Amino acid sequence: MKILVCVSQVPDTTTKITFTPDNKSLNTAGVQFIINPYDELGITKALELNEQTGGGTVTVITVGGADTEPNIRKALAMGADDAVRIDAEPTDAFFVAQQIANYAASQNFDLIFTGRESIDYNGGQVGGMIAELLNLPHVNVITAITVSGNTGSVERDIDGGREVVEVATPFLVSAQKDLCEPRIPNMRGIMTARTKPLQVIAANGSDKRTEVAQFQAPAPKAGVKFIDPNNMDELVSLLHNEAKVL
Amino acid sequence: MSVLVFAENSEGRFKKAAFEGVAFASAIAGGSVTAVVMGNMDATQVAELGKFGASKVLHYSDASFNAMDAGVFAQVISDAASKVGAQWVIVSNTYTGKAVAPRVAVRLNAAFAPGIIALPEGNTVKRSVFSNKGFADFSLNQSVKVVSLTPNSYSFAEGSGTATVESCSFSPAGNRVTVKEVKKAAGKVPLTEAEVVVSGGRGLKGPENWHLIENLADTLNAATACSKPVSDVHWRPHSEHVGQTGITIKPNLYIACGISGAIQHLAGVSSSKVIVAINTDKEAPFFKAADYGVVGDVFDVLPRLNEAIKAFKNS
Repeated sequence: MKILVCVSQVPDTTTKITFTPDNKSLNTAGVQFIINPYDELGITKALELNEQTGGGTVTVITVGGADTEPNIRKALAMGADDAVRIDAEPTDAFFVAQQIANYAASQNFDLIFTGRESIDYNGGQVGGMIAELLNLPHVNVITAITVSGNTGSVERDIDGGREVVEVATPFLVSAQKDLCEPRIPNMRGIMTARTKPLQVIAANGSDKRTEVAQFQAPAPKAGVKFIDPNNMDELVSLLHNEAKVL
Repeated sequence: MSVLVFAENSEGRFKKAAFEGVAFASAIAGGSVTAVVMGNMDATQVAELGKFGASKVLHYSDASFNAMDAGVFAQVISDAASKVGAQWVIVSNTYTGKAVAPRVAVRLNAAFAPGIIALPEGNTVKRSVFSNKGFADFSLNQSVKVVSLTPNSYSFAEGSGTATVESCSFSPAGNRVTVKEVKKAAGKVPLTEAEVVVSGGRGLKGPENWHLIENLADTLNAATACSKPVSDVHWRPHSEHVGQTGITIKPNLYIACGISGAIQHLAGVSSSKVIVAINTDKEAPFFKAADYGVVGDVFDVLPRLNEAIKAFKNS
């Protein structure tokens, strides 16, 4: 299959998040950026699907500046065949979706992966938007996928359970944990990644529909109140009378 | 102002998030709103949305809408939005809402904000970002605005209004997703919507001890959850994993049992209104994020807490 995997880079999960003094942007000093963990699952599953059938290609695409290239190379080292970088700051989900949809529209991909959400903005918007822009069916938060001929069988999380759905290619899915274990690049992969094609494309248009007015750090907690482990009646009473949650 | 809200049901019953969404939409509208309902549902139940602020319900009752297909749902909701000239469209930030809302926004040429946590101020909405490690105010710069509301974000009460129900039909275009098999986690409170969550970590020492978590959850009518290490070693399913790479939740009460409180875990639960942490280690990072702490062994504390809550509920 010809598969496209959408990738974004995000602050490492251990990052302590702070904002610039004007509260307009993330303070990136000392922050290490990684491939969004859900996108890594998409890359891995795309590779696995093609390895099972012994053919096809996996293209990764990102919208971002030149600073994303180390992570794009990592995706290539995992085994993707080629990469596309659309050279623009990914500040608005619709803008990102439109850039990717513009690229994908002429490429006849059988399958497109996104992550369930990026762990920075947690929006989970881009997959659905790309699907709508390309008029494709899409299945969100998937935990398993097989494709036989042009029929995909996909398991997804639903509220209070899981279900299995069928959908014909081409379609879009967004990866949820449990889909697979992320692949770790081996030395050969890292070496070959250096020479794999990475195409840089200029952004097309600048239709942005949202912007961050300001960021805020969470309010600090008042401090924990310790309760004697032998006095759970006191905890219950505090939860009822003080916190009012019982 | 014209506001449309998508009120989700599961097997013919409204989710609590549906009532919350209607009440939230009604607060934005400053009065009554129109609700969209999809799939088979009893007409008297549908009309119940009136009690939360809907004056009219557009009921797309075709049985093919019982199963969720994001592309199809988006077509129906945007059809309804165009019918009523909606300036705001409200969806719940459930799995269904997460799939449907971005597509609705594209169809309506709208600005979209997922997972908002408070009423908008003008064109500005608030949501958590960086997996709850921060918040952001987003301005929505289109004339039509689509937002999804994080469950348990808006307090509302049941009123006495009534809604008129209009039966609608719609023939969706394009390829469909067909549901082949449903695996419901039977009888459980869905984690994303739960008001109380009891969660266990490695301190429970093994899956065979999970009855301690489940018993307390039963008493509290709570959902059960776990930390990442617990789902990584398959003591519990991944669907219960809360944290930065799991589910983000916002219950009224989160009880963390034997979880140390790594930054990635806290990211998924720090929006909880009240956090209780139970851990043997007084230095556990969770005590910095918790409102109430119990330094003790979960094997002693949990049965005692369960009895204390039972006694309280019976009093």
